Amino acid sequence: MSDALLKIENLTRYFDVSKPWLNRMLEREEKQFLTAVADVSFEIKRGETFALVGESGSGKSTIAKMVVGLIGASEGTITFDGHNMTGTAGAEMRDLRRRFQMIFQDPFASLNPRWRVGDIIAEPIHTFGLLKGAQVTNRVGELLDTVGLSAKDAEKFPHEFSGGQRQRIAIARALSSKPEFIVCDEPTSALDVSVQAQILNLMKDLQDEMGLTYLFISHDLSVVRHMANRIGVLYLGSLVEVADGKKLFSEPQHPYTRMLLDAVPDLALSGRRRKPVEGEIPNPINPPSGCAFHPRCPLVMPRCKVDPPHRVETPTGYAACFALEKQPA
Amino acid sequence: MNRLGRMWDSDIAWSFRHSPVAVVAAAMALIIILAAVFAPWIAPYNPFDPSSLNLMDGFTPPGEPNAFTGNTYLMGTDNQGRDIFSTILYGARISLFVGFAAVIFAMVLGIGLGLLAGWRGGWVDSLLMRVADVQLSFPSILIALLIFGVARGFIPPSMREEVAIWVLIVSIGLSDWVQYARVVRGAAMVEKSKEYVQAARVIGVHPARIVLRHILPNVMGPVLVIATIGLALAIIAEATLSFLGVGVPPTQPSLGTLIRIGQQYLFSGEWWILLFPSIALLLLALSVNLLGDWLRDALNPRLR
Repeated sequence: MSDALLKIENLTRYFDVSKPWLNRMLEREEKQFLTAVADVSFEIKRGETFALVGESGSGKSTIAKMVVGLIGASEGTITFDGHNMTGTAGAEMRDLRRRFQMIFQDPFASLNPRWRVGDIIAEPIHTFGLLKGAQVTNRVGELLDTVGLSAKDAEKFPHEFSGGQRQRIAIARALSSKPEFIVCDEPTSALDVSVQAQILNLMKDLQDEMGLTYLFISHDLSVVRHMANRIGVLYLGSLVEVADGKKLFSEPQHPYTRMLLDAVPDLALSGRRRKPVEGEIPNPINPPSGCAFHPRCPLVMPRCKVDPPHRVETPTGYAACFALEKQPA
Repeated sequence: MNRLGRMWDSDIAWSFRHSPVAVVAAAMALIIILAAVFAPWIAPYNPFDPSSLNLMDGFTPPGEPNAFTGNTYLMGTDNQGRDIFSTILYGARISLFVGFAAVIFAMVLGIGLGLLAGWRGGWVDSLLMRVADVQLSFPSILIALLIFGVARGFIPPSMREEVAIWVLIVSIGLSDWVQYARVVRGAAMVEKSKEYVQAARVIGVHPARIVLRHILPNVMGPVLVIATIGLALAIIAEATLSFLGVGVPPTQPSLGTLIRIGQQYLFSGEWWILLFPSIALLLLALSVNLLGDWLRDALNPRLR
């Protein structure tokens, strides 16, 4: 498809979690690897918000870090606007870097406490050599204005701001290089609920104004429902279902997605009984055989314990589950 | 000025104003430092100008007129008739210079290697930290003595007097860098994993720039604390080496040299030659140490 801005194919990441060499030799143990992300493929179209949801340890943040190049991929490719990011370096990579940015989870850690807000926001401008001298100050003032702060705030230090204001500063920094694509790694999970909505609405407004594309990582389904055009559900490093935003909530396909949705607190007090999520996410060093979800799955079949399921089309998108495959006639 | 006003209102300044120990220690350290810096203008005599010395003035007790010449000295004179008060001022100058220079040398070396170890990790980190461990297992004064001895072996005898003070600075600095390297490495590893560093990496900021502009300012807090305490230790290390006779040459006596000279006369009754330089060294080391302790507590939010 030509309008795919980001294309991820068979992305896999192992982490070496072995003990040090000497311990391994003495205790006669093999090297151990943790599979954080296993064979994940998806596309993000220009101008849409693609959300990744999943429990802690499902590999959401690892994917985000691989997309922006903070960590390398073990296998698979990431293609940004036709450029393969794993094989790019030098000036071409620099140009690509200008076009994507990241917003982090914790606004108390993502701003250098010793820098003035103006310098923090201007860092991408200086790094990419976009503007010079007084133009930088003007641009920083504009950006602060865009995110709902005052141009005078450029003189202050991060500790003079609240969590929500700091996240606005982080957004201003992400916007300063005029990117097309922003990876948002749980941008509201460290904020108060009342502030979350403001930040999310700001992000939506910016998307409409500037035609931004978001990869939105979250574990909060209500936030995802508000933001996303399409949603991918991760379980133990594998993408189990991808569906259009609202339809994921109305017509969940994969048994894991259904389990997640059943666990969401019901604020409307409709009297629906909430089913808690059963079981724990398994240890990714020793994942279950076949489908990683089979120990917790209510629809488990003998086949699930042997073969990993393949992707099948569903009415709302696609999912990886044998129970959803059409029975052979 | 606005900036001064902000400094006066800061937490550190508040904690300083409300700690009598810190105020007294700072005042004392400041007086000693100023007295040492302006020694040529303050000192009543120049103890290193042989033409102004009168051997007849030797061993004058403090505050009493000399039996032969009738001159009175505040803190008495030594065997050669040098005014003790003046030699203390000049001695403190050398002690402080060696102390500051050694601390700066150790700091630059320790911060550099600490940042390298903390940022790079892996085998670079392991290697540097094992070297540090080995060095820490020896008393630092022993290391300084060793380095001093080895360095002197490489320097031709004609130059020894001139460069002795620099050799001393390098010896004390090399024996002390481990402290800085360890603290900086630990702090750098913490800062490195923080999201603001990741944000800089995402935009592709050069690693050297990340280390110097992002990480370094955030690890300087603990470094300043150990540098203050390290200054007291360096001054004492210099005094110890000079007392043992391996430090600065006798033509440029530091407080330690003065104490060494003084202790030869203690049992013959000339107590002032030993006592006054010792008090000066004690006050200097004590005030700097107390300042360092206060700074450590003031910068540690858990102790407030």
